[in-house]
Amino acid sequence: MTGRASRWLTGFAALIYVFLFAPIVVLIIFSFNDSRRTFVWQGFTLDWYPRLFRNSELLDAFEVTMQVAVIAVIGSTILGTLLGLGLARLRFRGSGAVQTLLLLPMITPEVIMGISLLVFFTQLFGLNGSIGQISLAHITFCISYVAITVRARAANLNPQLEEAARDLGASAVGAFRHVTMPLIAPAVAAGAMLAFALSFDDLIITSFNAGVGSTTLPIAIYSALKFGITPQINAISTIIVASVSVILLIAWRLGAFRNAARSAVGRG
Amino acid sequence: MTSAAVTPSPARSAADPADPADPAEKGARGARRGGSRRERLATSVLVLPGVAWLGIFFLAPLAIMAVISLGAVDEHGRVTLLEPSLRNYEEAFRPEYLPAFLKSLYYSIVTTVLCLAIGYPVAYWISRYGGRRKILLLILVMLPFWTSYLIRTYAWMIILRDNGVLNSLLRTLGLIEDPIQILNTDVSVILGMVYGFLPFTILPLFVSIDRLDFSLVHAARDLYASGRDAFLHVTLPLTMPGIVAASLLTFIPALGDFVTPDVLGGADTTTIANIIQVIFTGGRDWPYGSALGFLLMAVTIAGTMLALRNLRREVIGVEA
Repeated sequence: MTGRASRWLTGFAALIYVFLFAPIVVLIIFSFNDSRRTFVWQGFTLDWYPRLFRNSELLDAFEVTMQVAVIAVIGSTILGTLLGLGLARLRFRGSGAVQTLLLLPMITPEVIMGISLLVFFTQLFGLNGSIGQISLAHITFCISYVAITVRARAANLNPQLEEAARDLGASAVGAFRHVTMPLIAPAVAAGAMLAFALSFDDLIITSFNAGVGSTTLPIAIYSALKFGITPQINAISTIIVASVSVILLIAWRLGAFRNAARSAVGRG
Repeated sequence: MTSAAVTPSPARSAADPADPADPAEKGARGARRGGSRRERLATSVLVLPGVAWLGIFFLAPLAIMAVISLGAVDEHGRVTLLEPSLRNYEEAFRPEYLPAFLKSLYYSIVTTVLCLAIGYPVAYWISRYGGRRKILLLILVMLPFWTSYLIRTYAWMIILRDNGVLNSLLRTLGLIEDPIQILNTDVSVILGMVYGFLPFTILPLFVSIDRLDFSLVHAARDLYASGRDAFLHVTLPLTMPGIVAASLLTFIPALGDFVTPDVLGGADTTTIANIIQVIFTGGRDWPYGSALGFLLMAVTIAGTMLALRNLRREVIGVEA
């Protein structure tokens, strides 16, 4: 590619990054807005942040969201990693069917998954919304993402690496433990991160399966939007964005993603 | 150069969920096929738990929904299956629902095309020019994705409304006199969807592009392919699985999204997902809602099958 073309590409990418971040910047700015009407700038205030910590509804919603996300990440990462490895490494009857089964939750519109789980839990078990019910639903839609991330990585590994380890006297388990596992670890981490983001953010499936006492943050925000949103919502989003950014940047600085980067480019 | 030379099978076998019948991959697995008892044990340990989970919490609910879509609601508002019929499906084709179906398709197709057009250059740029900062750049793409989808949609409301940030900016710059209406139109809904689903597009594209062995592109250039030809005949076909995956991962959530039309849309942006949501949270005619849901599902599956066939044709076409 010529220098000029790459400059155009860089310019375009920069523009898209601006596009991605502009709304978040606006959101953060308006969390300091001294007005209940969040879309007109009235002056600077820090008031909304202390109020946040007195808003028990939002705090409860945050707690529920975190509980669900942690369960969803653990459950889906375990099940998804196993599935991904199995599909990449094993030859078994019906593996095509399993791949289709894995694809189905991803190609099913969320609203369908939401209502089918609602019908399932209500008609069969008489449940009407709990943290457990939401968590089961979240694990279900996260599994495929983890499995496919892990499978892509595991299938793409050079089998000669493991064979070399075996030739050098490693046991099958040892070769897996010291060769394959470190190589798929970035994919597992990426899958878990994806699962967390999906679970934390989910509104649609959750909205059909939440009940009294299991309001998650997205649901709280959605109803706040209907009854008139306050800058507190901007404030809590600002805190979430800031903490997640800090965590990711620290992880990056500590080199948590360095292996991922190197293995992503496949030479290193 | 013949295109067969530039299609190494590893790049394809990794390609993904799309192509279960990949012969290269089957060969590789066949070669590794070892002691069958250990293999069976491994299969049951690795594969069974996930399959069982999806069977119980994904397939069974869909099956129950299918059964209920044949039912009706009795006078107490409860679901009854005493006289199963296809009545709900007949009613779904009432002309007043056609606009919502079309609207849903229109939004998801336009969103997917825009996301690919925007996402591919960005993913390519990160992969080729990201250098050491590749992962950081990827994290930055994902960062908006960590804020609640709803909040990001709401942020666009602040920006797009008549007296919002964009209109004030344009007026300050003297580009417009009176505020232009963007909110509550198709434009705002599509903008919101593109913004919301762009990370879903960029990630699989990045994975696919980054996996590409660029020495193949250099080889094409050495053999006197123009930059454009090398891109069209090497880069694009080899990253096609990523493009298909990205399209699906963008199209599907866009098709089922009722939040964006609800928050950024207006009176005539009702999608089929909006209608289903209202039925299940308000109307309570679950059998009818289930039937609508199944029709939406059918459209989705048809689209997926079409994309899968396209993928095969692309790949086989390249190989031939």
